[in-house]
Amino acid sequence: MGVFLLRRLLQSVVVLFAMSLVVFVGVFAIGDPIAALIDPRSPTEVIEQTIRNLGLDRPLHEQYFYFLKNALSGDLGYSFVFGEPALKLVLQRFPATLELTLVAMTIAVAVGLPLGLIAGYWSDKPASRIIMTGSILGFSLPSFWVGLMLIMIFSIELGYLPATGRGETLPLLGVEISLLTADGWRHILMPAINLSLFPMAMIIRLARAGVREHLQLDYVKYARAKGLTSRRILFGHVLKNIMIPIVTVMGLLLGLIIAFAVVTESVFAWPGMGKLIIDSITLLDRPVIVAYLMLTAGLFILINLVVDILYSILDPRVRLSEGTL
Amino acid sequence: MSATVDDALESGGPRPGARSPFRQFVVDFAASKIAVAAFFVFLAIVLLALFGPLFTPQNPYDLAQLSLWDSGLPPGSRGSEGQLYLLGTDDQGRDMLSAVVYGLRISLGVALSSGVIALIVGTAAGIVAGYFGGRIDTVIMRIVDMQLAFPAVLVALILLAVLGRGVDKIVIALAIVQWAYYARTVRSSAVVERQKEYIAAARCQALGTLRIIFRHLLPNCMAPLIVLATIEMASAIALEATLSFLGVGLPVTEPSLGLLISNGYQYMLSGRYWLSVYPGLALLIIIVSINLVGDQLRDVLNPRLKT
Repeated sequence: MGVFLLRRLLQSVVVLFAMSLVVFVGVFAIGDPIAALIDPRSPTEVIEQTIRNLGLDRPLHEQYFYFLKNALSGDLGYSFVFGEPALKLVLQRFPATLELTLVAMTIAVAVGLPLGLIAGYWSDKPASRIIMTGSILGFSLPSFWVGLMLIMIFSIELGYLPATGRGETLPLLGVEISLLTADGWRHILMPAINLSLFPMAMIIRLARAGVREHLQLDYVKYARAKGLTSRRILFGHVLKNIMIPIVTVMGLLLGLIIAFAVVTESVFAWPGMGKLIIDSITLLDRPVIVAYLMLTAGLFILINLVVDILYSILDPRVRLSEGTL
Repeated sequence: MSATVDDALESGGPRPGARSPFRQFVVDFAASKIAVAAFFVFLAIVLLALFGPLFTPQNPYDLAQLSLWDSGLPPGSRGSEGQLYLLGTDDQGRDMLSAVVYGLRISLGVALSSGVIALIVGTAAGIVAGYFGGRIDTVIMRIVDMQLAFPAVLVALILLAVLGRGVDKIVIALAIVQWAYYARTVRSSAVVERQKEYIAAARCQALGTLRIIFRHLLPNCMAPLIVLATIEMASAIALEATLSFLGVGLPVTEPSLGLLISNGYQYMLSGRYWLSVYPGLALLIIIVSINLVGDQLRDVLNPRLKT
């Protein structure tokens, strides 16, 4: 376990370093931020002064080493647009994104798992067909389109729910949380449902496939022969066995919807870090783009690591020493 | 279970009257009526995209054909010259039906070209990794694993942040996003197939490596590849639409369905729902029909589900 952890951590550092190189060099290929930031009609001295202040006059490798040195001390540069530390800007938006993704994940599991079990156990019933067709829709419809339709129906036509923003928030341990107010709940409901559809569809399909596979195994036949009810077989025996792959995938899905939140946040104007990155790409705000990508990459590496460890705890047959990245 | 030598001996070769593999496949596929319907819908859409401009009332991007008198008309209304606007017009008097058909061409074209590039590159990488194994396998699969650790949206977003906007750029970005899926799928079949007897037999006959790969190995890796190519086509269309909607995808001069939806969305609040809803509906129909076909293909071609 110790050796495995050490090796994985080392690999993570290498991946993060590679990411930083790719992101930094890559991001510098995007157009000229000066054109976007400074009025081209301003005097030449002003333009040159600004370039110097932003450090854009140095050679690229020098800028990178500067960036790396500062990054190691937690400084990813200052936003060209806001003039604030880029990492701080991204971190400020992080709670909103995390809140949205966690609510979405909860909805996905709470709805998806039972539906998947039903669709797997009674796979020939019409209800199962409906669930499976629904799940195809869930993971094939573009999430921005579903979001627009939700807004059109529930905000514009019916006027039930607000279309944009986060609503009233209350601080909890110094972080503003929407879930503490009724208004916040009204605001989070639509984006969270929107975001939950993809992981929900995945969980339904996984659970169904798992149930169908396990129903043919000897232990289920034995349980049937013993005269156990369908419910006990399904929830007492099959569910426990199919949870291993589902928990693993749930971890990966969490990472996936943090990335997908970019889309949902843009549609619902949810002030999370996904909306920030889209705005930053449009404004060519390099330090913020780099900070977002580095933070997300770090988050993904962390999630993958946790999933691997969880997997080995849940399934003793898996040996961690064989872990791969 | 794969067919074994024993089975073949027992049955004494193909039974008389047995269906050819392709006919068996068609029969299996037709078992789902929804999938058959979806297949024909998809076929109709492809034909519409190919030949649509011959039938559309106007070329929506030829400004000479647009009439400002006809701007903002709701679906089904008649224009100043008595022509029918089946899906309404936008604020420049552009016929939405024509715009949707032209958008369809762009969306399908981008998805198809990126898909073909990804298919070729990914299959080549996967076959090489799976067939030869060893160090090259490790290198290719490390890259694949590293890329697949990040979701497609994020990878595409990074690439487009780097590359900028443009048709060629989004095709490159979508191809890079997809190749890893092909590589992984093909490799996993190739690794299994490599150990089978027919490959050993082909090697004993001293056939060339390329011949073994193309004539023997690749045909046996096709089933999962076909399923993947179908599904990836739908996800490429969806991803392109998403990126264009976010404003990082296609440039405004190439209005795909995603861009039409995004442009029309500004008018949603003022009640001109048709600008956004009809392109959205077109997008929906393509994606759902491809996915329904892909889902049935998966069921038909997956040997594990056959009993």
